[in-house]
Amino acid sequence: MRADDWLDRLEEIPPGEPEREGEPPHRYTVKLDVFEGPLDLLLHLIKKEQVSIYDIPIARITEQYLEYLRRMQELDLTIAGEYLVMAATLIYIKSKMLLPRDPTQVPEAEDEEDPRRELVQRLLEYQKYKAAAELLWSKAEREQAIFARGRLETDDANPEVNATLFDLLCAFQRAMERLKERRELTIAREEITMAEKIAELRALLEREERVDITALFEAARSRRELVILFLAVLELVRIAVIRLVQTERFGRLLALRARASAEIVT
Amino acid sequence: MTIEELKPILEALIFVASEPITEEELARILPEVDRADLEAALDALRQEYEADGRGLELRRVAGGYRISTRPEYHDYIRRYLKTRPSARLSMAALETLAVIAYKQPITLPEIQEIRGVNSARAVKTLLEKRLIEPKGRKPVVGRPILYGTSREFLIQFGLNDLSELPRIEDLEELGSGSS
Repeated sequence: MRADDWLDRLEEIPPGEPEREGEPPHRYTVKLDVFEGPLDLLLHLIKKEQVSIYDIPIARITEQYLEYLRRMQELDLTIAGEYLVMAATLIYIKSKMLLPRDPTQVPEAEDEEDPRRELVQRLLEYQKYKAAAELLWSKAEREQAIFARGRLETDDANPEVNATLFDLLCAFQRAMERLKERRELTIAREEITMAEKIAELRALLEREERVDITALFEAARSRRELVILFLAVLELVRIAVIRLVQTERFGRLLALRARASAEIVT
Repeated sequence: MTIEELKPILEALIFVASEPITEEELARILPEVDRADLEAALDALRQEYEADGRGLELRRVAGGYRISTRPEYHDYIRRYLKTRPSARLSMAALETLAVIAYKQPITLPEIQEIRGVNSARAVKTLLEKRLIEPKGRKPVVGRPILYGTSREFLIQFGLNDLSELPRIEDLEELGSGSS
């Protein structure tokens, strides 16, 4: 069957029309998903047969129910366990109703004896929530047509102010000054390359969502390391691996992974 | 401050709030205002919004106030936003949500008992959409999680509180008459 052929058939089905017996099974494929479970299917059958929920003709409904499951099987659909449990329940109720009533039983207990009672209770209960679901659906439908103002860019919603090169330089400057005061007494010259520094930063960013650059500047042990770190940060910004942000103007510099661009250059 | 002076201030605050803003929040922002005046001004404002010829409405949602567009103008707004309505909840999710809304706090097995069908996936979807939230555990064997609806549920379904839902007993007729 060609695809548009199939579409034509789909359109033939009037919406909301219950399926009639003897129709080719492909029509059922369209309708099958509609049922939310065995209770839903039973309610549908009861409505279709126009019988009272309080006095279900159990033999007829059971037959239709099983017929439905057979069609599902023909279509190779997996039948959820719940449907089978319900089938067993229906057959059990049917058989119980076929049995002659115990003549020694006192007649006033008759009402309680109706084997359908529990099922009817469940159907009535389920029916209410099905109605409630429809009510929620219509409420959601109305809300879909309503628009409230979007989120404002407040400090709360967006704590990041974009950092500029100037901010980076300032942080560098401050760290340099602090370093001067510290007067480190290192004799052996530390050999650290920019490539190593970049790798180090990348590793750090792998582990952490945001890296405090100001803190890194402050932790630099030598002028040389600080310069290399500075260049490494600049490089990572250039190749768009990171993005610099501040939580406030002149505040601490944070490096964030630039989204979806980490693979651009290495 | 007179009520006439207070009205535009409240309107501005409600407009700016990205979530429904409660009377308590408004009172906190305006400590100099008498609570009775605040209520009177809110009422007056609501009445003004109810008048015809407005594109916006002022509604009570999730215990707060919210200014939003009127549903009848959604076509024009979508033309501007170039968006389509977001995906709707499936009937399975809506049924599960309905059961939770009316029977909360309720456990997964109890939900399944009513629906007659496995509801784990529906519950997961509702949790992901933050429409429901865990409300502790039931002190029975296995200590199953109890679920209830969230504030987000009220907001998304345009309800001020749960009492705005019709009584479940009244829904029976509706159910047998439709679908």
